[in-house]
Amino acid sequence: MTISSDPKQVKQICFDNINVPGMNTLAVARENGAYAFLPTVLKDFSSSKIIDEMKTSGLRGRGGAGFPTGLKWSFVPRNTGKPIYLLCNADEGEPGTFKDRDIMRFDPHLLIEGMIMAGFALGVKDAYIYVRGEFVHEINVLNAAIKEARAANLLGENILGSGFSMNLVVHRGAGAYVCGEETALIESLEGKSGRPRFKPPFPAVEGFYGCPTVVNNVETLSTVPAILEHGGAWHAAIGIPNNTGCKIFSVSGHVNRPGNYEVPMGTSMKTLIEEYCGGLQHGTVPKVIIPGGSSTPWLTAENYNVPLTYDDIMKAGSFLGSGAIIVMDETADLVALTRRLAHFYAHESCGQCTPCREGTGWLERVITRVENGQGTNDDVTVLSEAATHMAGRTICALAEGAAAPVLSLLKHFPEDVQACLGENAA
Amino acid sequence: MSADAVRFSDERLTEIAALVKTYPGAQSALMPVLYMAQEDFGYISMEAQKMIAQVLGLRLMQVREVVTFYTMFREQPTGKYLLEVCTNAGCMLNGANELVAHMCETLGIKQGQTTADGLFTVTEVECAGACGGAPVVQVNNVYHEKVTPELMDSLITRVRDGGAA
Repeated sequence: MTISSDPKQVKQICFDNINVPGMNTLAVARENGAYAFLPTVLKDFSSSKIIDEMKTSGLRGRGGAGFPTGLKWSFVPRNTGKPIYLLCNADEGEPGTFKDRDIMRFDPHLLIEGMIMAGFALGVKDAYIYVRGEFVHEINVLNAAIKEARAANLLGENILGSGFSMNLVVHRGAGAYVCGEETALIESLEGKSGRPRFKPPFPAVEGFYGCPTVVNNVETLSTVPAILEHGGAWHAAIGIPNNTGCKIFSVSGHVNRPGNYEVPMGTSMKTLIEEYCGGLQHGTVPKVIIPGGSSTPWLTAENYNVPLTYDDIMKAGSFLGSGAIIVMDETADLVALTRRLAHFYAHESCGQCTPCREGTGWLERVITRVENGQGTNDDVTVLSEAATHMAGRTICALAEGAAAPVLSLLKHFPEDVQACLGENAA
Repeated sequence: MSADAVRFSDERLTEIAALVKTYPGAQSALMPVLYMAQEDFGYISMEAQKMIAQVLGLRLMQVREVVTFYTMFREQPTGKYLLEVCTNAGCMLNGANELVAHMCETLGIKQGQTTADGLFTVTEVECAGACGGAPVVQVNNVYHEKVTPELMDSLITRVRDGGAA
C-alpha cells in the first residue's frame, strides 16, 4: 500500500494502484506493497482483533445494501462443527455498475489479499469468487493471479507458515441478474437455478450447503488490507461519520468522461459529475440522476449538490446502492428508458414470487403501450398501482427495483408520460 | 451431430473429476461443466444434458432446470461470431438501439437471427457491466467498448474476408 497514513490525504483505497502497468502479476503487485502486511496479520492478529478493526473502520458493504462489514462478520457462529465459507460476490449485474470489473482485471491481488485476511478472521477453509459469466477476461486474470498466489504459498496449505490454510476458487455465473442477491448466489453456487431464499435464516448462520457463510462484495473485500494495515480508526477518519472511507462510483450515461472514480465519501454529486466526469454532454444540469444503479429511485436537478453518502442519498429519497450513477441530460427519452428497464426486470425476475413474476410483466406491457402512443390514463393508474403493490411482497428486492423507475417516472415527469398518451389519453 | 458424438473427451472427464473436488457437493460443478459442453459441442443439446446428468450423478431435471434458467447456456447453435449488443440504460443512452438497427441492416437479419452463411448472430443482451464504455458489444465474449456503426462494419467486413474478428 502506498496510501498515506494521514487519513485526510487519502483519496483512493481500492484504486490506489489501479493504473500501475502489470499490477495483475504477483511481482509487480508485490513491488507495490501487495501482501506486505499479510504476514503480520497472520502472525499477530487474532480473529476478534480483525473483526474489531473492521467494526471500528465503519466500512459498509459496497455491493449495494451498505450493511456494516464488521458486524456481518461478527454474526458468524463459531465452533458449530460445520465449515465456514467465504463467498465474494462479483456478479456485478446491476445496470450501471462496472467497478468490480476494474479491480478484478487490473488489481486482482488486492482482492485475493483481502479474501485471505477475511478468511483468516472467519476461520474459512474454502472461499469462492462468483463472477458474472460475461467477465471471461476478468475470470482468466483472476485464475492466473490465484495460480501465482498459490505457488508463492499465499493460498493453499499452511499459508506463509502460519498454520492457516485456505483454497480459493473462481466460479463463473451464467447471465442471471438475480444471482447478485446473496442467497440466489448461494443457490447458484450449489448448482441450482438462482432463486433467492427466505431470510431468516441468514447466510451467516445457514448459507452455502447449510453452513455459516459470509458473502461480501469485491470492493468491500478489497478494502480490508488497507484497514488492517492502517487501522480501523484511520479508515473511520476518511469521509464522514457513518459513511466512512472512499467509494468507487461508476458513472455512465450522458457525461463526457464516463468511468470509475474512487472518491472520499461525502464528495458532492456535482463535483463528481463536473470535475471528474467532465460535465454533461448537453446542457448544464442533469434531468435525471440514478444514484445507485437502475433499481434505485431517481434524483433530479434539485438534488445535484447531494453529498455522496448512504445517509444523504437516503434523505434525498433514494439509495447509494453500489455507487452506479446513471446521468441523463435533457435529451433523454425517459419513457423509452423506463420501458427498457421494465423489460430488463421482467426478463430477470426468477419467477418464484407472484407479485414480481406477474408485476414485472404488467409493467413492461403497459409502459410499452404508453411508449407506442396507445396508452390511456387508465394505463397510468395501472402502472402506478402495480408498481406500488409489488414492493414489500416478495422474497428479494428485485420487485422494488423494478418498481423504482416506473414510480420515479410517474412522480417526477408526469408530463413526459402525458405527452406519449396523446389523443388516446381519456 | 449424432447422439454418440456427445461425449466428453477423457481429458475433460479428468478435468471434471478434479473440478468436483473443489466444491462441497458435485452439483456445484454443474455450471462449469455446462460451459465445457458449450465450448466442446457449440451448444448444449438434450443429448449433452443427459450425458452431463450421468457424469455428475444428477437427475436430468436438475440439469434442465439450470440450462433453461441461465441465459448464457444455449440449447441452439449460433453463428460462428455471436455479436451481443447491450441495450440497457447506459448503452441505450449512448446509441445502442441505433447500433443494433445498423448491424441488423448490414447483415440483413433481425435481432436474434443468424446470417445464412452461419457467420453472425446478433442479439440484444442485458447490462454487460461495462457502462463506462457504452455502447458495448461482446464478440464471442470479448468486450468491445465505445462501439460505432463504422467499427462494427469493419469487423463484419474483416470476418467476411476470412480474417479474425
